[in-house]
Amino acid sequence: MNAIALNRSLSSLRFTAGAALLAAAVVAPSVHAQEKVLRIAMTAADIPRTLGQPDQGFEGNRFTGIPIYDSLTQWDLSKEDSASPLIPALAVSWAVDAADKTKWVFKLRPGVKFHDGSAVNAEAVVWNVNKVLDKDALHFDPSQVGVTTSRMPTLRSARKIDDLTVELTTSEPDSFLPINLANLFMASPAHWDSKFKAVPASVTVPADRSKAAWTAFAADPAGSGPFRVTRFVARERLELAANKTYWDAKRVPKIDKVVLLPMPEANARTAALLGGQVDWIEAPAPDAMPQIKQRGYKIYSNAQPHVWPWQLSFVEGSPWLDKRVRQAANQCVDRAGLSQLLGGMMAEPKGTVPPGHPWWGNPKFDMSYNVKSAQALMTQAGFSAAKPVKVKVQISASGSGQMQPLPMNEFMQQSLKQCFFDVQFDVIEWNTLFTNWRKGAKDPSANGANATNVSFAAMDPFFAMVRFVSTKTFPPVSNNWGYYGNAEVDKLVADARTSFEEKSRDAALAKLHAYIVEDAPFVWVAHDVGPRAISAKVKNVVQPKSWFIDIATMTMD
Amino acid sequence: MLRYLLRRTLYALPIMLGVAFVCFLLVHLAPGDPLVSILPPDASADLQAQLRELYGFNRSLPEQFALWVWRAAQGDLGVSIASNRPVATEVMTAVGNTLRLAVVATFIGFLLGSLFGFVAGYFRNSWVDRLASVFAVMGVSVPHYWLGMVMVIVFSSQLGWLPGTGAGPTGSGDWSWDWAHLQFLVLPALTMSVIPMGIIARTVRALVADILDQEFIVGLRATGLTHAGIFRHMLKNAAPTALAVMGLQLGYLLGGSILIETVFSWPGTGFLLNSAIFQRDLPLLQGTILVLALFFVLLNFLVDILQSLLDPRIART
Repeated sequence: MNAIALNRSLSSLRFTAGAALLAAAVVAPSVHAQEKVLRIAMTAADIPRTLGQPDQGFEGNRFTGIPIYDSLTQWDLSKEDSASPLIPALAVSWAVDAADKTKWVFKLRPGVKFHDGSAVNAEAVVWNVNKVLDKDALHFDPSQVGVTTSRMPTLRSARKIDDLTVELTTSEPDSFLPINLANLFMASPAHWDSKFKAVPASVTVPADRSKAAWTAFAADPAGSGPFRVTRFVARERLELAANKTYWDAKRVPKIDKVVLLPMPEANARTAALLGGQVDWIEAPAPDAMPQIKQRGYKIYSNAQPHVWPWQLSFVEGSPWLDKRVRQAANQCVDRAGLSQLLGGMMAEPKGTVPPGHPWWGNPKFDMSYNVKSAQALMTQAGFSAAKPVKVKVQISASGSGQMQPLPMNEFMQQSLKQCFFDVQFDVIEWNTLFTNWRKGAKDPSANGANATNVSFAAMDPFFAMVRFVSTKTFPPVSNNWGYYGNAEVDKLVADARTSFEEKSRDAALAKLHAYIVEDAPFVWVAHDVGPRAISAKVKNVVQPKSWFIDIATMTMD
Repeated sequence: MLRYLLRRTLYALPIMLGVAFVCFLLVHLAPGDPLVSILPPDASADLQAQLRELYGFNRSLPEQFALWVWRAAQGDLGVSIASNRPVATEVMTAVGNTLRLAVVATFIGFLLGSLFGFVAGYFRNSWVDRLASVFAVMGVSVPHYWLGMVMVIVFSSQLGWLPGTGAGPTGSGDWSWDWAHLQFLVLPALTMSVIPMGIIARTVRALVADILDQEFIVGLRATGLTHAGIFRHMLKNAAPTALAVMGLQLGYLLGGSILIETVFSWPGTGFLLNSAIFQRDLPLLQGTILVLALFFVLLNFLVDILQSLLDPRIART
């Protein structure tokens, strides 16, 4: 008001200038206010890597993979009532070579541009494959190898056929390749080249120059996704702006800006939400759920392709060698009671994938809570209340994807007691448990345990099933910790891997899943439901049955 | 004085080397795979071996230690495995943020602690003493992460007066000392100040009580010096020890409180350490611990110098 009064007393010219300034001052905030900014608090302690292949597990893919980058194939995240199917992304179609099943031809989508304006073409795809597979390539980046190649273990090389056609080669016939490729994000080679050229001449060793270029690329990346990076503050915030020229009209963002904040502590995230500092938090503190709802925020959750299990040992002397004991343990878990303990924030499993999933396969064994049936099985196996079976489980006190391992395992201990199980725990630190997972039940690190409690993602067939049941994946090759396997299950795996039609592949995987559920190499305990609390002003939120969620289709009031 | 400085500097060098050795050893003794952040457990054995070689973890521990110390001496603390960013940059950014927080917290703690301590010591066994002591004991006893959570619940979630997380409206990168940024500092600094406040208050109280019993105070009283004059003498005698305690407290706080910085998502050294520990990021962990330990050595060194300036008898011993 004082400024206006002052302007009135000035000359007409100065008055006009002052009024113009005042008008600008009034208009500017309203323009600013119209900008739709979505602020998200992640559970990660650092911003997941932004250079193409994110770290921090699937939270990384969720926030710095899918929004910034595209892959050849992608998950359809538009439905919440069925499993997310695989759909085309940068590739419009793909087919395995009829004569040589280790060769795949991918046809690329024409006209797609990276954020820096360069074209997404066959050369770019080859470059992105080589960044993790070709050690001689200038842009080979060891730091991206681990999180990429393990998710596409059979991919060996890429070759350009023409501008929009690329040939990928695998080490063996592998029908899972198109699914795995959803994890290979395409970064702009031209943008990386510009970063490489900007590395100071004082850095002379090519590998050091390449490393410096990747560090610069991570701070200012270019993908082809629906959002582009506008600001990166290490460990604090990542700002994304809408890519209004995104190739998929349905996914051109309506939200102007997304701010990602790492907040590893659940109470800090909850406080940030309730204090109005953010609009969306991942995994709110369970105790705060009623308060969050009361304050008008919405809780979104859906069963994820995630399994919280006890993975059982099949080494000599393990009590789990008896199928009756394995099935009894599965029938003795009071999953409804456990769900109540977790405030409803879990889904009750019937296997690794739920009924209705293309890989379900109608197993004959029903693991529903049935104490009488479980007790009968245990009695047949020679156990009773007076003579319980002793089992020892290696567990952690915390960990990514582990939900609430201590109360959940204690609940399991109580629940199984009624079926003549005497459960002991070996509680170790999360990363140690994770490392031991690879070493196997025969390794001294198992410390006499005959089960381990490491949760896992079940997005693709290899991660969901093959790595736990094939005799080719015994430690230290992969995660068949308990040395489970036989010729029959190996044949089912081989059938699935060599069924290249989608329907026949799914049918083969369904047979494999049914076999696994019936043979019960796990005690399936829970599926995580990925709870997140979001402000009511964020609309069009679809939480699919997936680890991922599409921000691009959301809107804000 | 110069000889004292030289001697003190020479003492600091083996301490720094020892610190580097212990820090390296402790980090490598801890269980877990250093490549866990970039190497999923389903990575093939070949891939594991390949990355171990690329990151130099296939070398013997003495080799790794020698290489690390040699590079650290030249200011190169390596590259974070998880983020691929230079450790030195990461640590110095975090140190800047923690320094901001620690200095403000120490200032608040020193101010309140000295006040409570002097008052309690001067009016020993009175109700003022007891009240001040209650505050001091509370400061030392209350778990600060709990206090932090309570502060966040009350002042951020419920009342909405102050932000409860972060280090500025757009991050700590463009920090300035205006209210828009300072409001992010209030809650973590207050929470962090309670421990130094309690410790300094108890130390100063004991010091004041001790000084008041000394003969020179009786002599000063006998010469007819006023309360203010006696207080001035007492202050001068108590200051070196109080300063030393403050220096130590600043050193502790510079280490960053993992709990407080995590509760408030303050991007300091504690937050960085927490992240490095959970990601098994050995270069980052080693680098952060080393820099913090060296800061501590440096701070003690500076406090010693300051003490010797205040009390020249120290330099002569």
